[in-house]
Amino acid sequence: MKKHIVLRKLFFSTLYLSAFTFGGGYVIVTLMKKKFVDKLHWIEEDEMLDLVAIAQSSPGAIAVNGAIVVGYKLAGILGALVAILATILPPFAIISLISVFYDAFRENFVVAALLEGMQAGVGAVIASVVFDMGAGVVREKSAASDVIMALAFVAACFLDVNVVYIVLVCAAVGVVRTLWHKRKGRAQ
Amino acid sequence: MIYWQLFWSFLQIGLFSFGGGYAAMPLIEEQIVSQHGWLTMQAFTDLITISQMTPGPIAVNAATFVGIKIAGVPGAIVATFGCILPSCVLVLVLAKLYFKFRNMQMLQGVLGSLRPAVVAMIASAGVSVLVTAFWGGGEITLAATGWALVVIFAVCFLLLRKTKLNPVLVMVLAGVLNLGVKLALR
Repeated sequence: MKKHIVLRKLFFSTLYLSAFTFGGGYVIVTLMKKKFVDKLHWIEEDEMLDLVAIAQSSPGAIAVNGAIVVGYKLAGILGALVAILATILPPFAIISLISVFYDAFRENFVVAALLEGMQAGVGAVIASVVFDMGAGVVREKSAASDVIMALAFVAACFLDVNVVYIVLVCAAVGVVRTLWHKRKGRAQ
Repeated sequence: MIYWQLFWSFLQIGLFSFGGGYAAMPLIEEQIVSQHGWLTMQAFTDLITISQMTPGPIAVNAATFVGIKIAGVPGAIVATFGCILPSCVLVLVLAKLYFKFRNMQMLQGVLGSLRPAVVAMIASAGVSVLVTAFWGGGEITLAATGWALVVIFAVCFLLLRKTKLNPVLVMVLAGVLNLGVKLALR
């Protein structure tokens, strides 16, 4: 297949997915799998699972990370750049437009009442997400995870600790735990 | 310089948000509301609400919104670039390492310890959003509580837990309910 055809198809497929996917990174990654694995057969199923794992393990938005791995796999660095551009163009355009109207609209009685109500709604969405994620952590039955979760909540919510430090400390704890398990595994 | 500040703030947001989706929210709150005061808590909550209703990652939406507000379209481009740069570098490095060694034990270990903290930080940001919704950023007293919004929150939470209703639909319903209450009380 000619490279410019791959790049063009990659650009428009990713642009379309990014413009019409509501509901976050995990959804868009699933749709990418459908498009590039099931429909176009450009990527093997197993390899796609590995690519998704990489996208999810890296920091940053999962949709952007997913675009990078798929673009890179299909057409190298240039492919990654094309996929990134296609992923960020739709939200960039939409939010630019909204931000222009935001100040004028926020003063409007109807818009203000709708937004105020939706704030309570988004609070409920976040609470529900936290409920599911928190239950997932508790189900691990790892005391260390529960303690990390409790301490991190106190630090972020009540002590106003910068969340960057929380991330760094927990990453360091993860390194120590992994090394500890490795050493124990070797001793046995 | 404002462009440099925008770039640096969103670089941190991109670099330290592990786990996708809501994971960026506490970092955005820290950088944009607490440290720089680029948005009020009210506008930040609006931004999260708008992000839920439009396509695109929260971090990219926030970069565009804040960038334009603070320094116009160039600001939005700089902020967006800052927020995706760490991804570009780290994802490509990880992909190379992965295909070479096929062993992610250390990374898995680090992520295992980060996950509970990410849940906790999202919860903390959720508390900020609810405080803004219930008390409008003012004093936290019983008398100042927006009880209609507390009820709407409870209704939405129950709907989300008990039915498989689309979250965006639930949010729209919350907005319409509040509009109804406001019109009835006017």
